[in-house]
Amino acid sequence: MSFNNCYHCGLDCGKKPVEFNDKYFCCNGCKTVYEILNANELTCYYDLETSPGTIPKDIKGKYNYLDNEDIIQKLLEFNDTETSVVEFYIPSIHCSSCIWVLENLSKLNKGVTTSMVNFPKKILRITFKNKSTNLKELVELITSIGYEPYISLEDADSKNKKVDKTLVYQVSIAAFAFGNIMLLSFPEYFEVDEFWLEKYKYLFRWLMFTMAVPVVLYSAKDYFISAYKGLRHKILNIDVPIALGISVLFIRSTVEIFLDIGSGFFDSLTGLIFFLLLGKFFQQKTYNFLSFERDYKSYFPIAVTILNNDKETSIQVKDIKKGDRLLIRNEELIPVDGILINGNAAIDYSFVTGESVPVIKQSGDKLFAGGKQTAGAIEMEVVSTISQSYLTQLWSNDVFNKSEQITIKNITDKISKYFTIAILLIALFAGIFWYFYNASMAFNVVTAVLIIACPCALALSAPFAFGNILRIFGYKNFYLKNAETIESISKVNTIIFDKTGTITSSDKTQLTYIGKELTKIEKKGLKSVLRASNHPLSRSLYEYIIATPFEEKPTLFNEILGKGIEAVIKNMNFKLGSSSFVEAKAINANETSIYIKINNEFKGYYLFKNSYREGTKEVFEKLGKEYDLVILSGDNDGEKPYLEKLLPKNTHFKFNQKPEDKLEFIKNLQKSGKKVMMIGDGLNDAGALAQSNVGIAISEDVNVFSPACDAILDAKLFNKLPKFLTLSKKTISIIKASFVLSLCYNIVGMYFALNGLLTPVVAAILMPLSSISIVVFVTILTNWISKKL
Amino acid sequence: MEVVYITIGVSIIVAVFFFIVFIKSVKSGQYEDTYTPSVRMLFDDELVAKPKENIKNQPE
Repeated sequence: MSFNNCYHCGLDCGKKPVEFNDKYFCCNGCKTVYEILNANELTCYYDLETSPGTIPKDIKGKYNYLDNEDIIQKLLEFNDTETSVVEFYIPSIHCSSCIWVLENLSKLNKGVTTSMVNFPKKILRITFKNKSTNLKELVELITSIGYEPYISLEDADSKNKKVDKTLVYQVSIAAFAFGNIMLLSFPEYFEVDEFWLEKYKYLFRWLMFTMAVPVVLYSAKDYFISAYKGLRHKILNIDVPIALGISVLFIRSTVEIFLDIGSGFFDSLTGLIFFLLLGKFFQQKTYNFLSFERDYKSYFPIAVTILNNDKETSIQVKDIKKGDRLLIRNEELIPVDGILINGNAAIDYSFVTGESVPVIKQSGDKLFAGGKQTAGAIEMEVVSTISQSYLTQLWSNDVFNKSEQITIKNITDKISKYFTIAILLIALFAGIFWYFYNASMAFNVVTAVLIIACPCALALSAPFAFGNILRIFGYKNFYLKNAETIESISKVNTIIFDKTGTITSSDKTQLTYIGKELTKIEKKGLKSVLRASNHPLSRSLYEYIIATPFEEKPTLFNEILGKGIEAVIKNMNFKLGSSSFVEAKAINANETSIYIKINNEFKGYYLFKNSYREGTKEVFEKLGKEYDLVILSGDNDGEKPYLEKLLPKNTHFKFNQKPEDKLEFIKNLQKSGKKVMMIGDGLNDAGALAQSNVGIAISEDVNVFSPACDAILDAKLFNKLPKFLTLSKKTISIIKASFVLSLCYNIVGMYFALNGLLTPVVAAILMPLSSISIVVFVTILTNWISKKL
Repeated sequence: MEVVYITIGVSIIVAVFFFIVFIKSVKSGQYEDTYTPSVRMLFDDELVAKPKENIKNQPE
């Protein structure tokens, strides 16, 4: 570790590191964590990984609401008089040191009985004694060592989300039965007339039957249900021929052993179901640490401090009434619309719009829900309740209430329509033919056709291809909600981009100075003045100016909220701020800028420009060839001329779009038959993301929250977007190719079936062979096409 | 050869037994977090508090 990096968090310590115990820290927060850990002999934390920590947040009073009994009861997972159990989601868990220190919490707080980390889910589970500690103490403790838990309305509302393990049970039962039945049916494959085999074959057959029953009734039940649902909606989905094949296999096998005709096809039956379920299982890749279903509730705090005759009490957000006075502390979210009463309001609306430069408000100004206060505590008066606030109203739109569609027409179902009709016709004609030719064989042949036509390989190709691509994408930090998304992506023909936070990066704003060049002394003075200001714009400008500030403080310093700063240093008179404050002519009103006046002479201004993501131009050029591109922004059109120059000519622009407008715009496009992909980031895009065929959320940090969507793309990979899109298209081609291959298997099988030659051993070879070869085929091809990613 | 009835019976009972054990382990959530235990198992040594001098002298 180098001298200049913080021992705790690894950040650059700057010029003046905080020193303690021969270690250097970037700030007092990091030092404090070290002190806590050091005092409790937990410094092993720093031996496991180098600088594993995160800077602790200042949380004074933030968790006062955890004294509220109602809220405590909602958060606790288990509670009796003695002990309680609670689970926290902690986004900052990232390494083995984190696990170690969090699992040794009992050293820091004697009330903790056990604490356990689930690393993939970033969840900490604490069991504690009610007598010696409480929830608030625990939350403050883990926050003070840099692991602030994430507590939200959503968590409080939806406790005990059980993971559905049905599929695991179904697969394991099928696997168990498949293996055992294979063994038991082996002797009969070769049709040897041997005395002992003859004697025991009845036992073997009945055992096979017993094991096949739960497989058909339990493991395969979803196929029957889905086929039934499909038929009710007059759709021949892929599950119809599968359900048909399974029933025919089971019925024929049962009839055979009942009437002592043969041994049946129980091995093929269970094998078929096992492979099908395996495909389903493989496709079901979930990212535990991500959520694609979040709505505004997960962003909002659970409780807020309400001021009542100068007394502070915490109430739940849903209980906020019109006219209440709220106290919003630093770094807290504003949960409802209201009016600022007093305090320094610098509201960061990046959750909502993606724009990270905070907006300055003055008392009397309207504050909108979803903004985050960034400069000290403020007081506000509520004008509308949470469900009626400007932003949250969006969620009353139907888009968010539509239930999951039962019958999504996917690529497999499309082909299965013709497939099902074809096999039914073949079975019918074969039946008629054999009825006249050799009536005793008719039943055999018809069932054989239906068995062999059971589209196992066909049904497997899409799940394995999609599942594999899903994994490859995930590995490259492009996370899809489910496999169907790949197919939706491949059908898209219109792509809509949000501007702020999506094609611009939200953390880096570009600064340009326009005007008379400042001298070295002037720059020094300017930096010294800025140092004294806490305004976010001042801070970014301070970072930008390269000069060493003077040692002494300004002799006069006057910061006028929402206007600017007036200061005197070394006999230089500085006036900086908005154009009206500096009494300069506004040059472009639509853009954020700081005007500078020194000694009553207007010098120029610093312009804050959004910086566009790397490769934006290339991405648009590549995509422009195949897709219609639209920029849909909530901002004013200040940057339109620049964007028009940057982006290809066929890009459309729409500015000043409210969240509802964005949603409606997409709806209208869809009505005209377009398949729309929306790429956005903020909560104001949530409606558009939900309405579009594919909604992709761009995220600077995937662990931080993004609105409900179909896919989450790491912002760093924005320039790879065209590649992801082409890859999705190629995957569909691979699946189509594998359909052809699996149809070939069906034709070979059909030859055996139509000639009445389908014996158990033929079926036992053909079925697994076709399935496995298809799986190998699609896996190799998908890996190959994604090599270039 | 009647012993076949016994051997098959026993083998199936054993198989079913393991199957039930497997289902139970899934149900109890053993497979939900397959990563953390692999890290946790390496910690056991560190749980013993080291004397303070020792920590100071350790290379960073």
